[in-house]
Amino acid sequence: MPNQYWWRSFKDKLMVGLAGMATLLVLLPLVAIFGYLVYRGIGALNWNFLTKIPKPVGESGGGMANAIVGSGLILLIASLIGVPMGIGTGVYLAEFGKKRFGYLVRFTADVLNGVPSIVIGIVAWSLVVVYQRNFSALAGGVALGIMMVPVISRSTEEMLLMVPQSLREAAWGLGVPQWRTTLSITLRTASSGIITAVMLSFARVAGETAPLLFTTLGNQFWNFNVRRPTAALPLQIYTYAQSPYDDWHRQAWAGAFILIVMIVVSMSLVRMVVSRGVFKGGN
Amino acid sequence: MGVGIQVNQLNAWFGATHAVQDIQMDVTANHATAIIGPSGCGKSTFVRCLNRMHETIPNARVEGTVKIGETHVYGNGTSAVEIRRRVGMVFQKPNPFPTMSVYDNVASGLKLNGYRNRRELDEIVERSLRQSALWDEVKDHLKKKSGASLSGGQQQRLCIARALAVEPEVMLMDEPASALDPISTSKIEDLIFELKQNYTIVIVTHNMQQAARVAEFTAFFLSGKLIEFDKTEKIFTTPGDKRTEDYITGRFG
Amino acid sequence: MNGSLLKARYQPDPAAASSPLAETTQVPRRKIHLKSSRLADAGFRYLMLGCALSVLAIVVLIVRELFLRSTLSLHAFGLKFLMTQSWDPVNGDFGALAFIYGTLVSSLLALILAVPLSIGVATFTTELCPRILRGPLSYMVELLAAIPSVIYGLWGVFVLVPILRQYVQPFLAKYFGWTGLFGGYQFGIGMLAAGIILAVMIIPIVTSITREVMSAVPTAQREGVLAIGATRWEMIRVGVLRNARTGIMGAIILGLGRALGETIAVTMLIGNRPEIAKSLFAPGYTLASVIANEFSEATEDLYLSALVEIGLVLFAITLLVNIVAQLMVWSITRGSARRAAV
Repeated sequence: MPNQYWWRSFKDKLMVGLAGMATLLVLLPLVAIFGYLVYRGIGALNWNFLTKIPKPVGESGGGMANAIVGSGLILLIASLIGVPMGIGTGVYLAEFGKKRFGYLVRFTADVLNGVPSIVIGIVAWSLVVVYQRNFSALAGGVALGIMMVPVISRSTEEMLLMVPQSLREAAWGLGVPQWRTTLSITLRTASSGIITAVMLSFARVAGETAPLLFTTLGNQFWNFNVRRPTAALPLQIYTYAQSPYDDWHRQAWAGAFILIVMIVVSMSLVRMVVSRGVFKGGN
Repeated sequence: MGVGIQVNQLNAWFGATHAVQDIQMDVTANHATAIIGPSGCGKSTFVRCLNRMHETIPNARVEGTVKIGETHVYGNGTSAVEIRRRVGMVFQKPNPFPTMSVYDNVASGLKLNGYRNRRELDEIVERSLRQSALWDEVKDHLKKKSGASLSGGQQQRLCIARALAVEPEVMLMDEPASALDPISTSKIEDLIFELKQNYTIVIVTHNMQQAARVAEFTAFFLSGKLIEFDKTEKIFTTPGDKRTEDYITGRFG
Repeated sequence: MNGSLLKARYQPDPAAASSPLAETTQVPRRKIHLKSSRLADAGFRYLMLGCALSVLAIVVLIVRELFLRSTLSLHAFGLKFLMTQSWDPVNGDFGALAFIYGTLVSSLLALILAVPLSIGVATFTTELCPRILRGPLSYMVELLAAIPSVIYGLWGVFVLVPILRQYVQPFLAKYFGWTGLFGGYQFGIGMLAAGIILAVMIIPIVTSITREVMSAVPTAQREGVLAIGATRWEMIRVGVLRNARTGIMGAIILGLGRALGETIAVTMLIGNRPEIAKSLFAPGYTLASVIANEFSEATEDLYLSALVEIGLVLFAITLLVNIVAQLMVWSITRGSARRAAV
């Protein structure tokens, strides 16, 4: 039946072609976004942008130095909350959580991972801002920290389960207590994977805007007090993008460029360091 | 010096599987005792009960008494960690810590327990590596080479050195040579021959020649039960039980 | 039984008895006192348990705080809140229907655009493309996931919207205007723009999970289909996609969950008007966007409470969607990574 074969082979070529087209179509926005970001961002970037704080509304010039530092402050608070809790939960799930309770925690972590960031923002507002009677970097840090926990815990668990059981047995057989075995053998063997997970979660929350809107609020000036409203890079980009001023649009692009460079560099750095095995050698 | 082991009415389970049944056995101090038997006869589980490794497996259970010297292994006041410090173990597959150098591997048992004296550590590491006949092969790059970069036979001797460094009284070996080539195997056997002057050794093996070469006593396990336990020579020349005879003459298993 | 024969076979090797190592093993053993560790072990265990419990506590707190802060609105409007369309802060009359509609429509639009593309990309990268391209292509798709929402919004406002307004919308209105979906003013901004940007944002997650379930299909399944004389496409359709469909469905629903909760990019592009319009060119409003826009300006207690209730509705919808998706993906992966062989 040559006719039927012709049809089948035509369909084969068509579908293969469509799959290839889909791939190209998906890469198109990636290239467009990065291209435009570099084009607009580099053009708008200057020394003032990195060192000055914003000028009053309508005046051109100024920069986002306070927002860059503010983002750093908020992310530091988030990491202080999210990293230990996330790794701790991952350790519990991998080393102790074989029973039904482990499944409950695992399921809850996956559910928490799916909670919209704006809802986490409301909760951080309710837990911190309302009691403090003040918007603050702390509230934003709490929101982002909560978002880091499920990502870190699930990947930590995955990495720890990849450590062969025979290594744990070797340590136990030497009379090394469980806690020491987990810290010095299991976690250390899995360290490169866990560091990757932490950096990826960090990159994910670094660009979050929604949970900061009514927790850190934003600030036009320098602020180093964690209990006061603080500027953050994504917030500043959001505000400037919606303003009617051309100069602010330019600065929004520059801010976006800085943000994406920070995220991509941290991701690639992790990839490079991990693949070179810097964390794998002896001490 | 090594101490003896007394096992009384020992039973072990994996979930509902009764893997080790009513074992009664006295292991003599400073001698090597071999445990032989077909795969799945409970010989590995038996030795893992001696240093409480069995209980690390989910749903595993142990009953009965084991005494290492004067200490009740499953006594109320005894901690598993304390027992495992006194009873060293070498596993079937070499399992050096991949993140550590050769030196750190050997010192790990002490370092991870908070032992910090540099000079003594150096001494212990050298002595343990000499005892396990690995010193000459690794002394030039003790702290540079990772434990995982050695060959299989070297890795196993490294694991023996690591176990020796904590100065145990008993050494359990769970088929220590089964994953190794013949040359490495003969090195490990020579080593066992040396070590038994100072340690009580229990070695699980599926290789009967190996049992005959290194052990003074041999126990034959079948389906979770201890069938026969006697001097090695007696077991291999005039076994008292028909099943033992069948096994060592290769009629089954 | 010939005893002497056995004896000959198993004679211990006398050579082993005289080894040069004999003296080195005669070192006197010294007792090392090591600290007891039982307390530390229990402490460590409880510390880790505490971390795990805190994950449960966070979710419980989310539910508690959302109910606590929306009590006023829950009492004032009851179930009517979900069924009325008015959103009038001045007169204190609130209903979420327009936002629920906007959220569902923009997310469904995103799914319609993203699902075929994602499956196409996943198929291409797992089954069709040259092996060297696999890594870079997957990396590039994952890079899409690393772009923050606010940058998607920025790009949408300054690049996507003008393109839609000048080229895409006139085209759609001219050729597909009869459907009624593409009528009215052509602002650029609106439901269509939000749907497109959401599609781009969920493509990475749908693609990567689809790819995972597709590569979990055993090679034997593929070979079996090829062996009966199937073409490549038939092999993919019968041998791979059919076997992976539960997982792919899970991936799609997980993508839906992401789209429903996405805030900033949507807020920048959807037009923010609480209306229910048939045309995709018309502006809309989503649950997440109204919270983002109005939360820090809401001063009235009832207004704030209504916004928190919007948050509660959003949480409930995404929770439902995520649980369904999770169960579907779990039915394939069994919930946790498999322990490596000993």
